[in-house]
Amino acid sequence: MADAIVVNGLERAFGEVHAVQGIDLTVAEGEIYAFLGPNGAGKTTTVRMLTTLLLPTGGAATVAGRDVVKEARAVRASIGVALQEAALDPLMTGRELIRLQATLQGIPTAEGRRRADDLLERVDLAAAADRRVGTYSGGMQRRLDLAAALVHEPRVLFLDEPTTGLDPVSRKTIWEEVRALNDAGTTVFLTTQYLEEADQLADDVAIIDSGRIVAEGSPDSLKAEFGNPHIQLHLADGSVAEAEAVLAPLGKLLPPRDGRCVEVEVPNGAADIPRVVRALDEAGIAVESLELVRPTLDDVFVSKTGYHLEEESEENAEKAPVDG
Amino acid sequence: MSALATNARVVKALGMRSVRQTFRRPQLIAPIIVFPTVLLAIQTGGASAAVNLPGFPPVESFLQFMLAGAMMQALMLAGNSGGIALAVDIEMGFTDRLFSAPIPRFAIVLGRLAGTAALGLFSALWFLAIGLIFGASIEAGVAGALLAIVLVTASALAVGGIGAAIALRTGSASVVQGLFPLVLVVLFLSSAFFPQELMIEPAKTIAEYNPLSFIVEGIREPMISGIDATDTLYAVLAILGIVIAGLLLSARALRHRLRVG
Repeated sequence: MADAIVVNGLERAFGEVHAVQGIDLTVAEGEIYAFLGPNGAGKTTTVRMLTTLLLPTGGAATVAGRDVVKEARAVRASIGVALQEAALDPLMTGRELIRLQATLQGIPTAEGRRRADDLLERVDLAAAADRRVGTYSGGMQRRLDLAAALVHEPRVLFLDEPTTGLDPVSRKTIWEEVRALNDAGTTVFLTTQYLEEADQLADDVAIIDSGRIVAEGSPDSLKAEFGNPHIQLHLADGSVAEAEAVLAPLGKLLPPRDGRCVEVEVPNGAADIPRVVRALDEAGIAVESLELVRPTLDDVFVSKTGYHLEEESEENAEKAPVDG
Repeated sequence: MSALATNARVVKALGMRSVRQTFRRPQLIAPIIVFPTVLLAIQTGGASAAVNLPGFPPVESFLQFMLAGAMMQALMLAGNSGGIALAVDIEMGFTDRLFSAPIPRFAIVLGRLAGTAALGLFSALWFLAIGLIFGASIEAGVAGALLAIVLVTASALAVGGIGAAIALRTGSASVVQGLFPLVLVVLFLSSAFFPQELMIEPAKTIAEYNPLSFIVEGIREPMISGIDATDTLYAVLAILGIVIAGLLLSARALRHRLRVG
């Protein structure tokens, strides 16, 4: 199978800030590839370089077999792009936007109109097609953005955080559409800060942190590489430090999620639960609840970066929405 | 379809979007039509006796004299509004949608300028209609009216180029909007609203060399006396100068924007 995206040592610096620091990746044709990382990790900067919106300061990349710098226009003819924060004109109607996108892609007027009608129907916006985009909900705007990216039937589709800020129902709708597109043969490169999204959708995942890829592989292989399950304990009185001291000899402690929770990776899974509970009981530490947790992408993320992704993303989001 | 025809379609589509955007956003259309119309009404109502001043060019009425100034004000503000709209596109990321399409990126600027030119055409027709309705005649007849329309349309495109360059360079609608008073200052330091001969120094000398004076005289002459080849030539040269400056500055600002992302 041919490669849809090949990236070698790609870099981008903004003055002294090195947003992307020499990343390498390969995305096979027909694959869904997820770029997972918190805000500010370099996801959006990478997407902007791959979609020819930003010149790299080092390295090289090809998309659909074309160089993103030397053959930028040929790259743009092969890709569909739905960027973070749907870039829509609130004064246009949905139908006007899709028709304009068709014109930008060089599609003849009559054909563009037909495709606009089909796409609006497909993303369930036919009834709202002649309303101004400013009156659409967030989910409707994302679906419209997705439809606009598909008007020329691109070989490679870039989705930059397609579901950030959406409610669960709208998120599921976007996921279904992405799967359907992929089933029809479209290669999808998506960035996300949601572990579940990467786990559910992607054939391959790259974890990016501070501009570097720290892990890459299929979700299953990454989790298998991580290895053992861990026990998550919620303490009744929040004596985390004491509990960690007791549990340290029994397994590997993971970074705490909050002030009342301790996580310890154990070698024998469920068989280790009695040992852990007994040790805490003997130390007089009351456990409110416990859970055996199989490895997740978050565990992989923690093991590679030292912090939890979704907590970090939420904190960043609260501080300020920045380039991902 | 040839590449040229495809690009022409893109410029037309973006120009039409630009016009629709202006008419759907009151804060963009108001400066182009409402302000100059109100100013024209106030000036012609309150200063119509100015035509009796010694040295004032022979005109049928003050309205006839002022029409060119109102058109000039409208086209200048159309250029400014075009710049604001482009900056808003940059701020909300809409230009990324355009930049990620397989079209020459300068077509995006040309599309915006086509829209600004269309607004210039609209303002020329609006003020000609107002003039005719309120009794001003066009001395050079239909040919004179057509010449004025062409000059106003071309001037709007020229001024739009400067607005687009500032928008592309700064990416900030508030910066472009902040130029609004400057536009009026430059306009008042031309012969748009008052004959050069009656100005006092240093405004008179500034107006003498202000390119806008050449343009406004080119628009005014067909209305108040007849088509004058020299005035028309100077107006065309002034427009060409601003067009070239606007396009060069826009191209440079566009390269900068694409480089820094």
